Parts: sequence; structure tokens; C-alpha cells
Amino acid sequence: MTSPTVPRNWSSRAEAKAARLAAARNLRTGKRIDAADAITFLETVIRPGDRVCIEGNNQKQADFLSRCLAAVDPARIHDLHLLISVIGRPEHIDLFELGIAAKVDFSFAGPQSLRLAQLVADGRVQVGAIHTYLELFGRYFVDLTPAVALIAADAADADGNLYTGANTEETPTIVEATAFRNGIVIAQVNEIVDRLPRVDIPASWIDAVVVADRPYAIEPLFTRDPEQITDVQVLMAMLVIRGVYERHRVCRLNHGIGFDTAAIELLLPTYGESLGLRGAICTHWALNPHPTLIPAIESGWVESVHCFGGEFGMEGYIAARSDVFFTGADGSLRSNRMLCQTAGLYATDLFIGSTLQIDRDANSSTATRGRIAGFGGAPNMGSDPHGRRHASDVWLSLARGESTIERGRKVVVQLVQTFRESGVPTFVERLDAIDLAHSAGFALPPVMIYGDDVTHVVTEEGIAYLYRARNVDERRAALAAVAGVTPVGMECPTERATALRAAGLVAYAEDVGVRRSDARRSLLAARTMRDLVDWSDGLYAPPARFRSW
Amino acid sequence: MQEFRVERAGGTPVQGRAHVGVVASGNLEVLCEPPTSPGARVIVRTTVDGFEPTWRAVLERFLTRHPIAADLEINDFGATPATVTLRLEQALEELA
Repeated sequence: MTSPTVPRNWSSRAEAKAARLAAARNLRTGKRIDAADAITFLETVIRPGDRVCIEGNNQKQADFLSRCLAAVDPARIHDLHLLISVIGRPEHIDLFELGIAAKVDFSFAGPQSLRLAQLVADGRVQVGAIHTYLELFGRYFVDLTPAVALIAADAADADGNLYTGANTEETPTIVEATAFRNGIVIAQVNEIVDRLPRVDIPASWIDAVVVADRPYAIEPLFTRDPEQITDVQVLMAMLVIRGVYERHRVCRLNHGIGFDTAAIELLLPTYGESLGLRGAICTHWALNPHPTLIPAIESGWVESVHCFGGEFGMEGYIAARSDVFFTGADGSLRSNRMLCQTAGLYATDLFIGSTLQIDRDANSSTATRGRIAGFGGAPNMGSDPHGRRHASDVWLSLARGESTIERGRKVVVQLVQTFRESGVPTFVERLDAIDLAHSAGFALPPVMIYGDDVTHVVTEEGIAYLYRARNVDERRAALAAVAGVTPVGMECPTERATALRAAGLVAYAEDVGVRRSDARRSLLAARTMRDLVDWSDGLYAPPARFRSW
Repeated sequence: MQEFRVERAGGTPVQGRAHVGVVASGNLEVLCEPPTSPGARVIVRTTVDGFEPTWRAVLERFLTRHPIAADLEINDFGATPATVTLRLEQALEELA
């Protein structure tokens, strides 16, 4: 046996980290850096080509640090590989235009989807992949470990312990991946306090703390004004409650974002109550703190809610309802995106959400021409996890029975109107995602929910029980039977729809006991933001833009 | 602004009148009255041009599902086919 002539250094990462921090020692007092030195600090500890994770998701954003990063000298810091959940701010895109960053792995780009598509077309940014949240977080611990993480917290103490409060979200995940592999963690905080309400991130995981010029950016993303819910959405919510929730007795679930699901939440205390379903459905949730869930909570429908993130204005209400929400010893919400995504993937029996396009095979996508929007977490919730090994009555009620070994299925519901506003059909022969993938050079078309995971499609026409189809032809016919007068829907003649209804593959409103004339906004438990505040006993404080009083 | 008619022979005459919906953005109103002559006659007035085939398909389906004889007047302000169908069904249920 021969030994290598040069012994390997097994601590190069730790030494590199120490060297970078040593180079910036004049800029740090303890762990504190001055806001005025933040750009210089980044220029000192970041190296060209580094993987840099910016905390940025669809709720809170480390925007002070991302603005500082966009202001570094591109001659010194360039070709960074950006890791970010949500490309949500203009300066994220500026990083590529300035040449500071050259590559990105991300999950969602909703607000910047147009500019991102343009940069990809111009060859100014290389997209590694578009992930779901769980995939992206998972890769932080495998092959995309950050060299530097830029994160946001509400407050720090003198030692550098952090309080992230209601908006803890993905901060612990990013910090863990970075800190425990000798990366550098830089936190922007709104303030320094003597004593934190609770410690969400211990100081030993943090290398630098800077007080930002203004509180971190945050969007009340999950607030839906009941005023904007339409009668059609009330109808579709009634169909879901009777034809899906009541039929399968769904207790553990996740709701996607939008007015369609907000309508369901607001019908539970009225329509659901009239059906005697309280306690029988919708008891345990993996859900952001939707203000539209307040009436159901107040009416005793909800046992527990675990949250991906916080929601601006809901803090006081949540703190006063600690029997329902996960809260810290200080009383405030503890959210955690990675854990809630895991809960939504494995511990719920149902996902329901809306989308922009659905093809014949029920593949769905929110990608449209000229936009690269991405996924977020919906594909995790909206998929049947092959790793699931615990049974529930709901899960077993969808058993396929093609094998001697019984195996159930998660309920995955797509809830859409047959046409979107401005007359664009939701049901299409070919997803725009396919052309988008070709033009952007992606390996895969960005499909939000794969058709074979979809068990139910609900439209204003009725419910397609796709999981009951015996073959592709039957499945496509059932989908077409609820696709209205879209080109896809016109393929299903009335006689075929009638046969599918008789066979239990399709149900129209009358088949599940829903009267269309009952589908009126007056059935909503809250019809205005003011109603939601009243339901909460004044504890819910909507952001100003949602207040008309 | 566009206006067109859809007619269909036969059907059972409706009894009484119904008025549902409002002329507001994304919405429409439907007026339904007993037929002045046999069959169904629908007058559509819509603020959105270019969707006549979709309208005809929606009305064709409705009249196939509910073979009524009636005079229908629709004043549309950019409603989706879902809203159109819902209002038509609601008009019928109001008559029932």
C-alpha cells in the first residue's frame, strides 16, 4: 500500500471560511456589521462563482441584503450561482443584467416571470432547474450547498441569536444548510433588542448581523377579499364540499391560494354546517394563515393548522388562538416552510388548487408564453407520494385495486372555470409549457401537476372522478364532460356525458344535490374584509390596502 | 358591442317571468319571458366582440339540456361562459 505524497487537507472549507471572515474583520464588531459597510462586507466575503442563497420567498424577502448584493462591484463579484426560492424583486433580475450572477436555481418567479423569460431568451442567465420548494431545499443539503446565505429576521440580540417570529418560513432550512457546511450566514434584522421573545435561530449558526435600512419586505400574499368572490366560485365550492369533501370524508388537507379555495373556506360555517358536516370534514390543515379561514375556525370547524409562512395582519388573531395554530412560548406563530411542505406531501389526504391550463390528460400548468413562473410548493401538495405507508379511510377509498397488494391514493383536485376571464379556454389540446420548454431550452416542460396524479377535476359544469376511469379513453371523456364548450369539452357529446354520469365517473350539480339557484354570494360566511375582522373579534388587522374603512 | 340572435324550434313554454343577474363588469343579466311565438328565441347583447361561436355553443347546450320555449334577453358585460350558464340555470330555477 502506498500513501499519497501530499496529505489531503480535510478542513479546507473551514479554513476558507475563516480566511474570508478574517479578511472582513475590520468590518465586524462581534457579529455586528454597520449597514453602511454591508456592500463592502459582501465584496470581501463573497468570491466570484460562489453559490449564494438569498432568502426570498413569496412572503418575506431579505431585500436589504439583495439590494446590497446588486450594488457590489461586478469587477470583483461576478458569475455567482444564485439560489433562491422566489425571484420576486426587481434587484434579483438586476443581478443578472449586471453580470453579478450568471446562473440560478429557483422555485418560483411569479412577479418577475416576464423579465426572467426575456433574460433566458437573451442568454444572460443560465437556469439550472426550476424546482418545487422541497426539491430546492433538499438540494441545499446535497449538491447545491450555499457558500454564503443572505437571510432576514425580525430581531437579533447582542450575541446574534435571531427571532424570526411568525415569518420563520424557510430561514432555519437555509441557515442549517449553510452554517453546517462552513458557509457564511449573514442576517439582516429589523432591530437589535436586549431580550428576544424567543430564539428561532441560535447565534452559533450566524456569522454576521446587520440592521437593515427598513423592515424586510413582506407581501400579504394569501389575503383574499371576499368581496371579489363570484357566484360561480360559490357554485364550484358547493360542488367540492358535496362531491369531494363529503363523499370522501376529507379531514386532513391543504388548500392552494386563490378565490376558488377561499370560497370553500367561507362556505364551511354556512353551507357545510347546513349539511351537518362540522367535525366530519376539514379538521386538520397544512395551510398558510388564510384570513378566509377565520369564520370556520370561530365556528369550531378547525382542530389544527400548521403554516408554511405567516400572513401580514393575522399575527394577533393567531396568538389568541394557540389551540389551533402552532405557536411559540412567546405566543406568536411558528411557521416553517420545509416542515409544512413535508406535512402537505405526506400527512394530508387532499390537495385542491386552481391552475391556468389543463390538457386532455389532466396535466396542468401555470406557464404561459413569454413567462417563466415556476412552481412553488403546489407539486408537492398536488402529488400522490409513492413513499406514503400509512392508511386513512380517504386514502383507501381511492384504491386502484389493480394488484393483490392494496394501496390507496391521495385526493388531488384541480378546481377551474372552463374559461378564464377574457374568454381564454382553460382546457387546451396542448399546454403552453411544452413550447416554453423548447424555446427556453429546458429539459422538461414545467408541468405543475402531472395528469396521472390528478384524481378529480371540478368546474362549474360538475365533477370528473378521474380516478374511477378504467382506461385512457374513459378518463379523457370524463374530463371532457366537465370542460364545457371549450374545444376539449366539445368532444364529449351529451349522450356520452349522460352515460358517464350513470357510471359514476361524472357528476353534475343535480347529481350531488347542489341547487344552482343556491349559489349566491349571500351564502358566504363573510362577504367583506370588515366581516372577517368582525368574525375575529377585532383581532385580525388587515393591511391598509384591504381596508375600505 | 355586438348583438345576435339564437333560435330553436319546439320546447315547453315557460310560465311566468324571471330576471337574474346584474349588468356589471364580468357579469350579465338574463330576462326570461313566456314565448311570444313557438320555440326559444335568445337575443344576446354583449360588450365583448368576437365570441359569438362560444355564445352559440353555450346556448345550444343549455337549450339541449333544458328544452324550453321562451323569449330570452341577455345583456352581457364580459361574463365567462360559467357565469352565463349559471345565470341561465338560475333563471329557470326561479321559474320552477
